[in-house]
Amino acid sequence: MSAFLRFLDPGPLTTVQDLGRPGLHSVGIPSCGAMDATSLQAANLLVGNRPEAGCLECAGAGPSFIVEAEAARVAFSGAEASIVVSRQDQSIAGGTSPTGRSLFLQRGDVVRVGAFKGSFLLYMAAEGGFDVAPVLGSVSTYVRGAFGGFEGRPLAAEDRLPLKRESVTRRGEFSLPLAAPEDNLKIRVLEGQQFDHFLPDAAEAFFSREYFVGLQRNRMGMRLEGLPLHHARGFNIASDGIARGSIQIPGDGAPLVLLNEHQTTGGYPKIATVVSADLHRLARAAVGAKLSFVKVSLEEAAASRRELTAALKGLPAQLTPVAEPDGLRPELLLEANLISGAVDALVA
Amino acid sequence: MSDFRIRPAGDAALVVEFGDAIDRRHSELVVALAEQIRSERVRGVIETTPTFRSLFVSFDPDEIGHDELAQEIAAIFDRKTRLTPRKRRWQVPACYDPDLAPDLEDAANKAGLTVRQFAGRHSSIVFYVYMLGFLPGQPYLGDLPDDLVMPRLASPRPRVEAGSIGIAMRMTCIFPRPTPCGLRIIARTPISLFDPEHPDRRVIEPGDEVVFQPIDRRDFEQAAAFGGGIGVPPHLLEGVKDARFGRPA
Repeated sequence: MSAFLRFLDPGPLTTVQDLGRPGLHSVGIPSCGAMDATSLQAANLLVGNRPEAGCLECAGAGPSFIVEAEAARVAFSGAEASIVVSRQDQSIAGGTSPTGRSLFLQRGDVVRVGAFKGSFLLYMAAEGGFDVAPVLGSVSTYVRGAFGGFEGRPLAAEDRLPLKRESVTRRGEFSLPLAAPEDNLKIRVLEGQQFDHFLPDAAEAFFSREYFVGLQRNRMGMRLEGLPLHHARGFNIASDGIARGSIQIPGDGAPLVLLNEHQTTGGYPKIATVVSADLHRLARAAVGAKLSFVKVSLEEAAASRRELTAALKGLPAQLTPVAEPDGLRPELLLEANLISGAVDALVA
Repeated sequence: MSDFRIRPAGDAALVVEFGDAIDRRHSELVVALAEQIRSERVRGVIETTPTFRSLFVSFDPDEIGHDELAQEIAAIFDRKTRLTPRKRRWQVPACYDPDLAPDLEDAANKAGLTVRQFAGRHSSIVFYVYMLGFLPGQPYLGDLPDDLVMPRLASPRPRVEAGSIGIAMRMTCIFPRPTPCGLRIIARTPISLFDPEHPDRRVIEPGDEVVFQPIDRRDFEQAAAFGGGIGVPPHLLEGVKDARFGRPA
């Protein structure tokens, strides 16, 4: 016997991720890992996994899949979305659930995820985890390097992703609050390695302007739209190291923020670096979201980091049992039909 | 010790800069400092990444702050620690064959050489490894002599094969995986520079030297038949002594 989730539609960019594989930058390998590590840890806690276990990271839109296991428990965190479970066996009702809680699933269940709100990223954990072999100490998928995760690539339709547990037991389910959606993001940054490559006007403009998250984004980086910035000293430099969160200004003047799968070295001037505590906030921003950058000191960056670490430590204490028993709820079934119709339209 | 400056690269990394340009002397300092930080096991350091002109140091901000780490690094210089890079020389088999290397004839023409002369010239150079990057295990090797210096292709190729050896400006690169590429491809190696399944076999490191060892098409095909060179039986690389993975010459 073995247990799988079979994907009908995995979504546009769905990969297995954990907290990444730091320490290989010098070989040319970025650390990869979840772009919103906070939500990954929340999803894991909801199903009783270690917080750093591998999850599915879904960028932009979520998956639909069929459960090919006796029973499974999954949890979604990150984006707000409706999770619709269509169940053949009516003894335990399917229905619609919000994200931010765990769900008990059984063989044959079809799970569909509705449109994302509040974040570009959704994480799905499965109790016991996904059965994929770690590469270089991590199950994170490195798309460009074609290794890690599930066959070193994003999931495709008809993939069968193996689960470590063939079954799970019935128990109460848990919920965790989702991070509050943010408008007019203020992202904290430190001056970048080539801050002095820019005219004072350009540097000032960078901090006073509003930018919009562009369509061009993937796990390597996100391009921002807004008025272009000009360099004082040309846009080619001898390559130097790139940190996650580095903001490069290439020749066209449009900022490019480098994310978890960034190249390890680069030859464009870097005007600023996003502080580590704000990387997940930026990665959550939807296409078209408005944002601006706020320059902070090293002390402020360190303080923001301590705040995030404390918040992560406090996550387990926020686990709340889901009061409502899983009963047949006709009003939810009705809603389920409506939403599943909408999802089908979206997927088609 | 020469001048350097330390700048933050976010709150989890810093950069020790020795200069603005690609310079062998700067690179040697970068590599030596990396070695020293590694051997002193400086607290909180996750790793060091040498680049052309600076050392990128990643650290755990929960373990050490930027200022404290910058002081530790400055102290290495204050102690006048003798920074001595280890040096290894690698022989990398390379097949200079126009069928495997789409730009070989063009590059030879540009250099005013025959293909055979070009191969002889390129394989006589002792290259210095400035850094790895772009693709896992991909080395940047310098410096090409003036007569072999040529710009990138006007329009990059959408794909070059794994093992392709390309040149542009003063650099030679070996591409461990298929990739879009703007360099002129002048040879191909059957060996694999990086295998995620066997990371311990990682080979070439910044500061090392690389010499290309010409092999003929038959040796290339035989070696390539063994999974891109990983675990190539040594007899297939006869005459290419110690060219195998993980075995410096």
